[in-house]
Amino acid sequence: MSKATSSLPRSIGAHAILLTYTIIALFPVFVVVINSFKSRQAIFQQPLAPPTPKSFDLIGYTTVFGQGDFFLYFQNSLIVTVVSLFFVLLFGAMAAFALSEYRFRGNTLMGLYLALGIMIPIRLGTVAILQLMVASGLVNTLTALILVYTAQGLPLAIFILSEFMKGVSDDLKNAGRIDGLSEYTIFFRLVLPLVRPAMATVAVFTMIPIWNDLWFPLILAPSEATKTVTLGAQIFLGQFVTNWNAILAALSLAILPVLVLYLIFSRQLIRGITSGAVK
Amino acid sequence: MGSLKIENVKKSFGPVDVLKGIDLDVKDGEFVVFVGPSGCGKSTLLRVIAGLEDATSGRVLIDSQDVTATPPAKRGIAMVFQTYALYPHLSVRDNMALGLKQAGEPAAEIDKRITAASTMLSLEPYLKRRPAELSGGQRQRVAIGRALVREPKLFLFDEPLSNLDAALRVNTRLEIAQLHRRLKATMIYVTHDQVEAMTLADKIVVLNAGRIEQIGAPMELYHSPANEFVAGFIGSPKMNFIDGARLGESVKTIGVRPEHLTVDKKAGTWKGTVVHTEHLGADTNVYLDCEKAGLITVRIFGVYDAEPGSTLYATPDAGKTYRFDADGKTIK
Repeated sequence: MSKATSSLPRSIGAHAILLTYTIIALFPVFVVVINSFKSRQAIFQQPLAPPTPKSFDLIGYTTVFGQGDFFLYFQNSLIVTVVSLFFVLLFGAMAAFALSEYRFRGNTLMGLYLALGIMIPIRLGTVAILQLMVASGLVNTLTALILVYTAQGLPLAIFILSEFMKGVSDDLKNAGRIDGLSEYTIFFRLVLPLVRPAMATVAVFTMIPIWNDLWFPLILAPSEATKTVTLGAQIFLGQFVTNWNAILAALSLAILPVLVLYLIFSRQLIRGITSGAVK
Repeated sequence: MGSLKIENVKKSFGPVDVLKGIDLDVKDGEFVVFVGPSGCGKSTLLRVIAGLEDATSGRVLIDSQDVTATPPAKRGIAMVFQTYALYPHLSVRDNMALGLKQAGEPAAEIDKRITAASTMLSLEPYLKRRPAELSGGQRQRVAIGRALVREPKLFLFDEPLSNLDAALRVNTRLEIAQLHRRLKATMIYVTHDQVEAMTLADKIVVLNAGRIEQIGAPMELYHSPANEFVAGFIGSPKMNFIDGARLGESVKTIGVRPEHLTVDKKAGTWKGTVVHTEHLGADTNVYLDCEKAGLITVRIFGVYDAEPGSTLYATPDAGKTYRFDADGKTIK
């Protein structure tokens, strides 16, 4: 590193700020994870202490695996998240491609309409959504959740992706047309790989709210067979007694899959093969 | 083989008319250059020929076949883009092969054509590389190679040299000229650079504001421009235009090319003060502020010393002045 761009005090300062922020952000997660390995008594006596041989207890995890069908809840959460994510990315990218690539009447209005959802929370329509799901017989199915989450994720996806797709070289798409590629091939083979970093960004922003959501599973799919992890953890949260061991263990476990998904996408964020396509 | 006919092609984007009725005939084997300032519609015209834009009205015929409604891939054309537009995820070889595979050519034929094209463009060592691993000049050669293997009736070049540096531009220009001579194929080339147009073209089409100003061989445009626009656009430094009234002439404008003026320190037609001198080695450009003619440029061959502020007389060569009427048309 050259001296012109970095000085020791400055980089110490920057690191101090970043480290402080990291600690603040990770602290609640850290507390949840360490307490999940402690006995009930130890959790309340010293909530901030790490587990010692004396206070170490796996009671939370055994409860979680013993009581309730947590494996099924995980499976439900994963299915809902992955399938919704797939549809958000697919339809979002397709809509974004159409908006950025084709000139048609009402293009701008359509773009605004599709982006409107960013500003209006989907939860405002909960009652109507519930009525709709009851009428179409989708209550207590994962399909209901997938449909709602796809709708919830699309506005932001279209907004971000259409901006990125405007940046993809027209020449490249035209070269494909001259080589006889269909519009679908151009979209899937030329454009999508080039906006992959943007797709990964959208995936991360879409995935986390879906995984963490409690509202729609509670309202649309509260049956035992369709419970998601966040809803499943609620059984330990009683009106009079709360099983903290089990809740903390369930939450610690719930972090893992989303962490794995995040790691997959963040690798895509860094990778990028745009260079060399156009100058 | 590869003739092109454009009949009254018009193109509008909403209320904006980009092409206002273009008629053009290109014979088989000709090298035609579309030239004009940016926004004159030359790239749009090329895109209409390629089928990447639909003409609002008019017809495009390739080899006397109406292709106005034919998709780009079926028109028998190949295009080289300014930004190369190579497929980033494919190797050089696959970049060249994609169009042929798409058209269902047999593998042996694809191999044969790629070998021939890569030999011609000395691309053999790079066939396995990705575009990201190539330099700008190599990428442009791959783009040309991709056009070659299609064996098209018509080659279309959209400002292919604009992204290259000056030295490489001259080399690649030479390669394209040699390629045309060897293939004897019909080529249509778009550029805003009149030097490229002059050096490459059999026939230049000068476009301005969606209309063809003049069509002709390079020297034809240089010696007998149809109007003021063409006169100003062809030739560098550009032609001097002098208000006819200031010189006491009956015509609207008088035009003299900088190379058709001679200077003298003692006597001449127009007396002027030297404003600035540009020394280029092979020639010298002198900017003169004349009493009657206003600011004019004089191009003198070889080295010539003229101090700013000194007085010089400029005299136009006999018979080398152009006269334009009020509409900008040349008076013969």
